[in-house]
Amino acid sequence: MSDTFILNGKETPYTPGQMILEAAKVGGIEIPTLCYLKGSTPTGACRICLVEVKGARSLMAACSTPVTPGMEVFTETALVHQARKLNVELLLSSGTHNCLTCEANGNCRLQDLAYFYKITDLRFEEKAASDIYPKEDRNPLIVRDFSRCILCGRCVQACNEVMVNRAISQGYRGKESKIVTGGDLPYHESECVFCGQCVEVCPVGALTEKKAKGLGRPWEIKKIRTTCPYCGVGCQQWLHVKDGKIVKVTAVEDAQPNMGRLCVKGRFAYDFIYSEERLKTPLIREANGEFREASWDEALDLVAEKFKEIIKKDGPDAIAGVSCARSINEDSYQMQKFFRAVIGTNNIDHCART
Amino acid sequence: MTVAGLAATFGSGAMTNSIDELESTDLILATGTNTTENHPVIGAKVKRAVRRHGTKLIVIDPREIDLVKYADIWLRQKPGTDVAVFNGLMNVIIAEGLYDKEYVAGRTEGFEALKAVVAKYTPESVEKISGVPAEDLKKAARMYAQAGRASIIYAMGITQHITGTDNVKSTANLSMLCGNVGIEGGGVNPLRGQNNVQGACDMGALPNVYPAYQPVAGEDVRKKFEAAWKAALSPKPGLTLMEIMAAAGSGKIKALYVMGENPLLSDPDLQHVAKELQKLDLMIVQDIFLTETAQMADVVLPACAFAEKEGTFTNTERRVQRVRKALEPPGEARADWEIICGISSRMGYPMTYASAQEIFEEIRTVTPSYAGITYDRLEKEGLQWPCPTVSHSGTKFLHKDKFSRGLGLFTALEYIPPNELPDQEYPFLLSTGRVLYHYHTGTMTTRARGPVERCPESLVEIHPEDAGKLGIADGQKVRVTSRRGTVEVKARITEKSAPGSIFMNFHFTEAPVNFLTNPALDPTGKIPEYKVCAVKLEAA
Repeated sequence: MSDTFILNGKETPYTPGQMILEAAKVGGIEIPTLCYLKGSTPTGACRICLVEVKGARSLMAACSTPVTPGMEVFTETALVHQARKLNVELLLSSGTHNCLTCEANGNCRLQDLAYFYKITDLRFEEKAASDIYPKEDRNPLIVRDFSRCILCGRCVQACNEVMVNRAISQGYRGKESKIVTGGDLPYHESECVFCGQCVEVCPVGALTEKKAKGLGRPWEIKKIRTTCPYCGVGCQQWLHVKDGKIVKVTAVEDAQPNMGRLCVKGRFAYDFIYSEERLKTPLIREANGEFREASWDEALDLVAEKFKEIIKKDGPDAIAGVSCARSINEDSYQMQKFFRAVIGTNNIDHCART
Repeated sequence: MTVAGLAATFGSGAMTNSIDELESTDLILATGTNTTENHPVIGAKVKRAVRRHGTKLIVIDPREIDLVKYADIWLRQKPGTDVAVFNGLMNVIIAEGLYDKEYVAGRTEGFEALKAVVAKYTPESVEKISGVPAEDLKKAARMYAQAGRASIIYAMGITQHITGTDNVKSTANLSMLCGNVGIEGGGVNPLRGQNNVQGACDMGALPNVYPAYQPVAGEDVRKKFEAAWKAALSPKPGLTLMEIMAAAGSGKIKALYVMGENPLLSDPDLQHVAKELQKLDLMIVQDIFLTETAQMADVVLPACAFAEKEGTFTNTERRVQRVRKALEPPGEARADWEIICGISSRMGYPMTYASAQEIFEEIRTVTPSYAGITYDRLEKEGLQWPCPTVSHSGTKFLHKDKFSRGLGLFTALEYIPPNELPDQEYPFLLSTGRVLYHYHTGTMTTRARGPVERCPESLVEIHPEDAGKLGIADGQKVRVTSRRGTVEVKARITEKSAPGSIFMNFHFTEAPVNFLTNPALDPTGKIPEYKVCAVKLEAA
């Protein structure tokens, strides 16, 4: 008999140590969150996941309140919704949340919550522009727009607990609060290694990819899952594509081996693919030493003829192949099969050694 | 390399365990891996293990890499003294009776020979060879042996030596000695440097084996492939990359077909490589850019990049994962396999495949470890080989209960010094490697906005003591010269490398460090000694 608690009047099992949020999720009840970040210590900062617990003096944050045996939890009461709505209204007034000009428009938790609670007017006075820290985008990759930051701290959790780069933290106090690097330096002068995990987890438009700016709205984008082409970890990533171009790259959550993480290369080093220097047509070297463009038929005929000539004159072992540690398995397989079955030699290797 | 070392020891050359296991193991020994820069996501897991799970961390590395900050013990050995250090660790573990006697007796062979050799490597004698203080070595040995489950991770810092195969076998010796192979959270785990180096090896892009490491010299194996491919096959193992280059230089190799590699920046002693390649009658290069190597080709064939084709990569933990087409290739660029098929068909051996998936279906039939893997099964998540049948769920860690070769083989190894050590004329020791923001020969990352701004040029790391003596300031241009060449590069004054040692990356064509490196090879793995050569330094 496992432990149970009462969730919205229904007896629901939980495992000891589980927070209300997780136990409710298993029990089929989604509680909205902003600051909660799976795999890191809950901070209870945003107060969006508030729930009513019978006997408790105030509403409790579901992300950081452990379930106790027989605990009675209500997630949908008028009091709960009233409190959540109030918190959303307070967050909306904490900066300049102008969706029209925001990169996160359509992919924003705060926008979703404001819509859900039918908030059309700002009940509280917006924070004065002069009280907002200026935008910091002096680095090439990440825009930090403090006017949109709700201080939920997900970026801090991601940096410290998910990537363990420990480059940012909650700085200053009260209305001076700000997410800061060591010494409050701009990212590029700090310990930041530009993995972009902070951008990945930002629930609003405070942290965005600089290179993606203006390239596409979330609803215009097609997401294609693939495997990172850099090191041997093989991180699973989403390519966000619009009009045949990569807008940005994000991590696939909850999938091995990276479980939602990417590094600077995987997340940001994709644009080589559009380099003007990409080879677009076969090239053949002329007698004068210069390359000229050629058709596939001409180039492949030439290669096949030359190979046949050399095999005839010097034997198959006079030809060697260097395969590729970056290309797909199917290419590697074809390359070695070609050398063995067609050329007739085992002179095939790749740069595993270099 | 890894394949040679681990296959001889265990019977299978790959990461024995999974990346995910690192986060919850009891101890990680990281050696010759600058994990946070070269495999940042694994680096994150190692750091997370230390900070959240209380995993102990031993770092054995000549450079003060980022992971040192998280280490319980850091052994800073002189580059190239790894066998001595590992023998020293085992010396202490055996002398103090801390090894797993039951495991050694039941699952391994060759222990007595190992014991006899490591007996000579007392902590004091190892200190003389490696510079690692005897007391630190003892502490590390005890910590490793007394941990419940201990995982060894390594990368090119272990393999890129003339004793690379011995170094790999040393890590395997230590792991087996303490019963760490074949258990969850343990093992010997090479972190492969390129996205699909594991797959390229699995697919038989190696001169001595067909797919799944089936030897070309084995008659039964050859007959099987002759039947599958309907072609007569050569029983003679081919040449390795470095041997191919040498054979090009001597005129034995007349034609070279290079797919997506850039030896003219990645190989050691580049001036010599260029001379060798010039002697070829025919060089075909298939790539996405006109690389340093492609510029020397007779024919250049434009290929697709990863996001322009369907296929699979196999990661460092043996996980086969899907690559999907998201974009159209530029101009007339084609997938590598399509180009190969085009040449093959013109040579009278028709290769007609409608898709990469069709090729994968053929791969399954000749690659027993991939037999159970299909594109359908890979749709949601990758599968780790061996996966012999379609109902098999893949293999998280290898060698459970039994090694692929039966018993795990201890190899008794003596320390052999690097091929070229500093002397009066060339007083500094040069190691090469990568930096966080770039990848290999920089073909991709030096064309990406962001990484370029973060790290626009090559730098040579020099210890402040040495810089002071030579009168070199941070950011100043210096000339680095070995017996093989000279490059000019800006100095970065840092304590990362020990006094007397310098470090350079090989990403930039403007400062090709491989003009300097030593082409001396490991006799088995044929890997060059990128991590040690002798150079002199002067202000430019």
